[in-house]
Amino acid sequence: MFVFIIRRILQTIPVFLGVTIIVFSLMHLIPGDPAQIMAGESAPAEQVENIRERLGLNDPYPVQYWNYLSNVLQGDLGNSIRSGRDVTTEIGHRFWITVELAFYSIVLSVFLGLIAGIVSAVKQYSFRDVTLMLIALFGLSMPNFWLGLMLIQWFAIGLDVPSWIPFIDNTAWFKPSGWGSFQQIVLPVITLGTGGAAIIARMTRSSMLEVIDQDYIRTARAKGAKERVVIYRHALKNALIPVVTVVGLQFGGLLGGAVLTETVFAINGMGKLVIDAIQARDFPLVQGTVLVASLLFVLVNLIVDITYRYLNKRIDFN
Amino acid sequence: MANESQNFDNILEIKELQTSFFTEDVEIKAVDGVTFDLPKGKTVGIVGESGSGKSITSLSILRLIDRPGKIVGGEIIFKGENLLDKSNEEMRKIRGNQISMIFQEPMTSLNPTYTIGQQIGEAYKIHEGLNKAEARKKSIDMLKLVGIPSPEKRIDQYPHELSGGMRQRVMIAIALACNPDLLIADEPTTALDVTIQAQILELIKELQEKLDMSVLLITHDLGVVAETCDYVAVMYCGKIVEYTDVKTLFSNPQHPYTVGLINSLPSHEEDIEGDLPIIKGMVPNPTNLPSGCRFAPRCPYATELCNTLPELVTDDNNHQTRCWIYTDEWNGSTEVKTYAERNS
Amino acid sequence: MGQPAINEQKSIPIKKKKSQRFKDFYKKFKKNKAAVIGAILIFLFILISIIGPFFVPYDPGAVSPTNKLEPPSSDHWFGTDHHGRDIFSRIIKGMSYTLFVGFSSVFLGLIVGTLLGIISGYYGGRTDSFIMRCMDVLLAFPGILLALAIVSVLGGSLRNVIIAIAVFSVPVFARIVRGSTLAVRKLEYIDAIKALGASDSRIIFKHILPNTISPLIVQATLTIATAILTASGLSFLGLGAKPPTPEWGAMLSDGRNYLYQAPHVAFYPGMAIVIVVIAFNILGDGLRDAFDPKSKK
Repeated sequence: MFVFIIRRILQTIPVFLGVTIIVFSLMHLIPGDPAQIMAGESAPAEQVENIRERLGLNDPYPVQYWNYLSNVLQGDLGNSIRSGRDVTTEIGHRFWITVELAFYSIVLSVFLGLIAGIVSAVKQYSFRDVTLMLIALFGLSMPNFWLGLMLIQWFAIGLDVPSWIPFIDNTAWFKPSGWGSFQQIVLPVITLGTGGAAIIARMTRSSMLEVIDQDYIRTARAKGAKERVVIYRHALKNALIPVVTVVGLQFGGLLGGAVLTETVFAINGMGKLVIDAIQARDFPLVQGTVLVASLLFVLVNLIVDITYRYLNKRIDFN
Repeated sequence: MANESQNFDNILEIKELQTSFFTEDVEIKAVDGVTFDLPKGKTVGIVGESGSGKSITSLSILRLIDRPGKIVGGEIIFKGENLLDKSNEEMRKIRGNQISMIFQEPMTSLNPTYTIGQQIGEAYKIHEGLNKAEARKKSIDMLKLVGIPSPEKRIDQYPHELSGGMRQRVMIAIALACNPDLLIADEPTTALDVTIQAQILELIKELQEKLDMSVLLITHDLGVVAETCDYVAVMYCGKIVEYTDVKTLFSNPQHPYTVGLINSLPSHEEDIEGDLPIIKGMVPNPTNLPSGCRFAPRCPYATELCNTLPELVTDDNNHQTRCWIYTDEWNGSTEVKTYAERNS
Repeated sequence: MGQPAINEQKSIPIKKKKSQRFKDFYKKFKKNKAAVIGAILIFLFILISIIGPFFVPYDPGAVSPTNKLEPPSSDHWFGTDHHGRDIFSRIIKGMSYTLFVGFSSVFLGLIVGTLLGIISGYYGGRTDSFIMRCMDVLLAFPGILLALAIVSVLGGSLRNVIIAIAVFSVPVFARIVRGSTLAVRKLEYIDAIKALGASDSRIIFKHILPNTISPLIVQATLTIATAILTASGLSFLGLGAKPPTPEWGAMLSDGRNYLYQAPHVAFYPGMAIVIVVIAFNILGDGLRDAFDPKSKK
């Protein structure tokens, strides 16, 4: 196990280097002169040269990359062109907002996904199963930004309920923008968590169905175990193992999806930061944000892999 | 000696059991009117090829038939009570307690995510309401009983840490934990090495005497039957074609299918030149069974009479056979009767 | 916005006559009602995208300041947007963009991914580990972010969105093809054919590719669904199709500003995306069941 963890950590090093190479190269894929583009089309030549010098664009690529990498390793992601502040500061607390959003969303997806998946699998082809799987299909096929907009319209603008109906307040239940209070958190988390919930539900269902057919489930029944125990003790524990990997992959989708969710709900996280940076042509900021998000994803996958291995070590020994 | 069986108190009587599987458009009668008795303290073997319905019969007794299968008729009388009349909850209390079962695949029949101790202990928790410590103590005793060395260490291991033979011993420990009256062993040795096979069979036999159990042994291996069983039911395509005590089966097999099975065993008495005789043809497709005797298409003696299904007929020695040859209606060569006998 | 599901086919392919394989597949496929519905829907969508624009009630680009933000009515089935354009007509017109982006980006990713996967699986060794590490790196970018980064660099346009999504789907295809290539390569008959002097290209095209086709088709179908979602997301962010284009994501982005007065402006384009994506998803699921030798029906 220890050897595995070390090996797995070592394996992330080339991935890390690869990510930095790609992020670094992005700057050079910009058609035309990056310095000119960043300075603006009508900028005087002097200013362009200034930027070029500051970014070290006159050095040969490998040297530039080496400088970039050593800066990154020291936690220096360069300076934002617009604000002039360093990128790490710019990302700063926005990083935590996005992590918080992603965390709540993944909790929601796992919670809803597991329940729906188990309930479906236990009664395969029942009305319940079919309905839940149709909902999951819908959830999976829905653009989350659209769901976000619809949620805003339904729950944050105010329901179109005639005022004479008692108990239903037709003022807004939740807030359409910002981050922090409960009223601000609910809608974005649902928006971002729904797709993951759908995927986890489908995965859990098929994994449960596979496990329920296993010999050891028959053994448990032959032992006289209650059906509830058979499902929740014997089947679920085994069925969850493959679901763990999906949760890890989901996290990536979630970080990406956060870009759209944060845009819809005007949340000042990393996702909105990257969009603002793209629109402002603030490439160092784009580079920095993409790099940080990728590293976060790599880290989460590392943890998930180790967890998976830990859960699976009893099975995959040979 | 066959008469003895009637004086026995039967622990299990199966009457006209029918279990079917329902696919989109057809009903597959996996078990089609099976009737036999299991005398108390004895071992009955059910022999047959795969697809003969022998495993389904054993699963039906515990009512462990899963969708799309269903028990559609018959009676399963266990200690005088029909199991098919029991509620699910009553049935659950019988499983693993009064009737236990061990399966063919020890490699996959244990839950990979729980320790051996947890899996044996569960039986005690379910049926005897023991707490963790008591269950653990009893589990260790059980592991000792089934011949697992250093049980205190083994009890905390996971299934993957044990060999196939060890796992089957653990399965037996789980099955026998609550001292059942009846043990159903579904091909318990098929997946094991030959040397281990003998050990496991020996263990079952030994524990049967020690714990005063009856055993229903499902196997495709006549050799295993000869070693362990008192009575044998031969199944073919969901029906019992012959039922008798084990000695008679080998000395005087009646049904042509049984004769074929026995003839295809390697014999050490006579020198057989060339290949072993085999039963010609193939087991018919279960969705398209012959309307008469199921074995007729492969039977060397079949006549038009065999297009009608024969009854299971009991002779004076309580030897039951489902074949027209042993009835008065038989219109084929009379030599066949003696031929079949002699040929064994 | 899910990461495309990674669906490596591990089972060793069984050699069967082509016609027989197709018959088996067709029989199973026909029984899978959802898949048939998906296929019919997609066929209809393609038809709509080709001939639909000739039959729409209004010119999708026609601005009508007097009819701004009208709710759905018999005149305007899905209402009008902030320029008074008919949303129904725009959605019909937008179908072709959606399908084009979906098909072309996945096709591109499929070609490149298959090539890399075959090279990787067939030649093995260092080539293999190099290519696969590169794929790992691409997969290390969370979801839409890689596409976002690429588009931000290349500039927002439909063409660049296609390129970005293609890059983003390459690793998935490469992994699948590598997996089945390895599985086939291990089979003894490949050694036998090699001993008989078959060339690499013959082995690849005659023996390896046919065996990777089914998982590829399944994955491609499901990836089209993801690609459409990603593309609409990029357009929504203003990084894809530019405003007058009736691209659904861009239309949604317009509708965003009128949620209070005219929620239908955002509702219908989103519904259109959902329906198209559902069609590809159920077709993909159905194909997977039909191709899967383990599936019961």
